[in-house]
Amino acid sequence: MTPEEIGQLLKTQFPQAVQDLVLGGGHPYAVIDAAAWPQVALFLRDDPRLGFNLLRSISSVDLLADDRLACVYDLMAVEVSRGTELITQTHEFAVRVVVDRKNPHIPSVARIWPAADWHEREAYDLMGIVFDGHPDPRRILLPDDWVGHPLRKDYEFPLEYHGIPATTEYELPNPRH
Amino acid sequence: MSWIENRFEEGVIITSLDWLINWGRSNSLWPVTFGLACCAIEMMATGASRFDFDRFGAGAFRPTPRQADLMIVAGTVTYKMASRLKRLFNQIPEPKYVIAMGACTVGGGPYFKHGYHVVKGVDLVVPVDVYVPGCPPRPESLLEGLLRLQDKIRHQSIAKQPARAVPA
Repeated sequence: MTPEEIGQLLKTQFPQAVQDLVLGGGHPYAVIDAAAWPQVALFLRDDPRLGFNLLRSISSVDLLADDRLACVYDLMAVEVSRGTELITQTHEFAVRVVVDRKNPHIPSVARIWPAADWHEREAYDLMGIVFDGHPDPRRILLPDDWVGHPLRKDYEFPLEYHGIPATTEYELPNPRH
Repeated sequence: MSWIENRFEEGVIITSLDWLINWGRSNSLWPVTFGLACCAIEMMATGASRFDFDRFGAGAFRPTPRQADLMIVAGTVTYKMASRLKRLFNQIPEPKYVIAMGACTVGGGPYFKHGYHVVKGVDLVVPVDVYVPGCPPRPESLLEGLLRLQDKIRHQSIAKQPARAVPA
């Protein structure tokens, strides 16, 4: 299916949940309401016309000027054999979920696409988006006692970690002196 | 060798014993098998047949720190890794030596400014004997660093020394 057909199908199926459709450019996507996102995700995966069986990546975006955070889910339908039936469509689409920066909660899709498990942990770790219903909502890269979420644009670097000094005074030739 | 260190004044016997002990120590520096990032690839190349770390007695990479004398910190040290690194260092029996290999380890390197997670020099965590700059250093550089460390060891003495500051 073309991105236009996928967008129209989503719009007729979920008229309230689809907030916007951006179909131009090289990366067509639909903006989906956060509360309705698990139902839309199940439809995207299980509908025989769509069959998005692969979640390729989750990117998180810090929209500091709008005071919002966004998650971009890149989906792809790849060729699989389901019993005797061979599904041969290979189309791509993306979904964008925008949430408030003060209270960033998105329902988890880790039980729908298992690939989302670690990607959501990474988005939580580095961007601070909380995925409700995630089976293992811990940090994935940074230590468990880390303060803050480093890839946010207003993140302040730590000045020390467990007694190891860091610095923000970069004009000095050596931070130790 | 703590049972003999700091017990005798300088003298003829101590000088000869120093020579013997330092000869043994400097020519059998066994490193810990321990690599953190891309510098570890160069460290492996240094250990392989073309450059051959073993020519200088440092080719026996030990799988446990308890059998090792030398820690080559090869690669980016993150804050998360720093506690593990310090534990490895503490598990090495005395005498122990540290080579800081590569720009990240020497002073944070390319992560100095924008790396929220990188230790700005491994000497903030463990005491460093020899710094080998480079990104990554070529095997010749690491060999040179090892030779400088051997020079340092050959000037050590087991005779009574003024009290040293013990690193925390």
